[in-house]
Amino acid sequence: MGDDRHPRTLRTTASHHAARNRIEGRPEGNDTVRVPIKSDRDIIFARQKGKEMASKLGFSSTDLTLIATSISELARNIVLYANTGEIILGTVHQGEKRGLSVVASDEGRGIPDIQRALQDGFSTSHSLGLGLPGVRRLMDEFEISSEINRGTTVSVRKWVP
Amino acid sequence: MEVPILKQGPYLIASIQSALSDEDLVQLRDALVAQVGKLRSRGVIVDVTALDVMDSFATRTLRDIAHMIRLRGAEMVIVGIQPEVAFALVRLGLKLEGVATALDLEEGILYLNRKMTESGKKR
Repeated sequence: MGDDRHPRTLRTTASHHAARNRIEGRPEGNDTVRVPIKSDRDIIFARQKGKEMASKLGFSSTDLTLIATSISELARNIVLYANTGEIILGTVHQGEKRGLSVVASDEGRGIPDIQRALQDGFSTSHSLGLGLPGVRRLMDEFEISSEINRGTTVSVRKWVP
Repeated sequence: MEVPILKQGPYLIASIQSALSDEDLVQLRDALVAQVGKLRSRGVIVDVTALDVMDSFATRTLRDIAHMIRLRGAEMVIVGIQPEVAFALVRLGLKLEGVATALDLEEGILYLNRKMTESGKKR
């Protein structure tokens, strides 16, 4: 069921709009929270919401910090590169496994070279970074799609161990 | 949420109370860099015990503050980085290069005292 609700449509090569529409088209339960990201203050709200949801799922305090930090980086990318967008938080299931899904979506200018953006050092050593390789390490699953001048969607998941 | 800055002898102590927005962090930076001159402080302690998340911007801004304080002729030490935060920083690959850190406020003060004695700056 979890896979149906969260189809693995996000591939680095997938059309951003197709991916985005599928995300928005999925059924929304009361376990989905959408946080609009318009300014740096929304970053704090998004990560606090995510931490709250993750805490209910039973993640350890270390995982809560990793999740909140990931949300912070993803929301920051939206503010830096697209100005506005949203963070969609939801719970996911896969058999016995439960986890948290975080989708960061924007309609910004897109990432011209995703492979490069996923390389270490592209982000962290520069003052304005995407932080994507870091987020990839903090979470269990990571998918990204981006289209120039259409936007970027990053979808990450972490499972309760 | 503005960070209160307390004067403790030759030192300034900035005690972060809750999650900070980017704007708050930039404000803290400007306030500390200005206050160090105004109050002729020899050292600065930034207490991040209350921070549950330090992302790339927060880490970079704290590193900038430490370097700016040093350029102003004082020393800075960051205290209270939580174990989970330290873990996340390492995983993210974020480094606080050239920035002094200490376990807590007490250790931070001891660190600054040692620095002052070494450089003969203590007054």
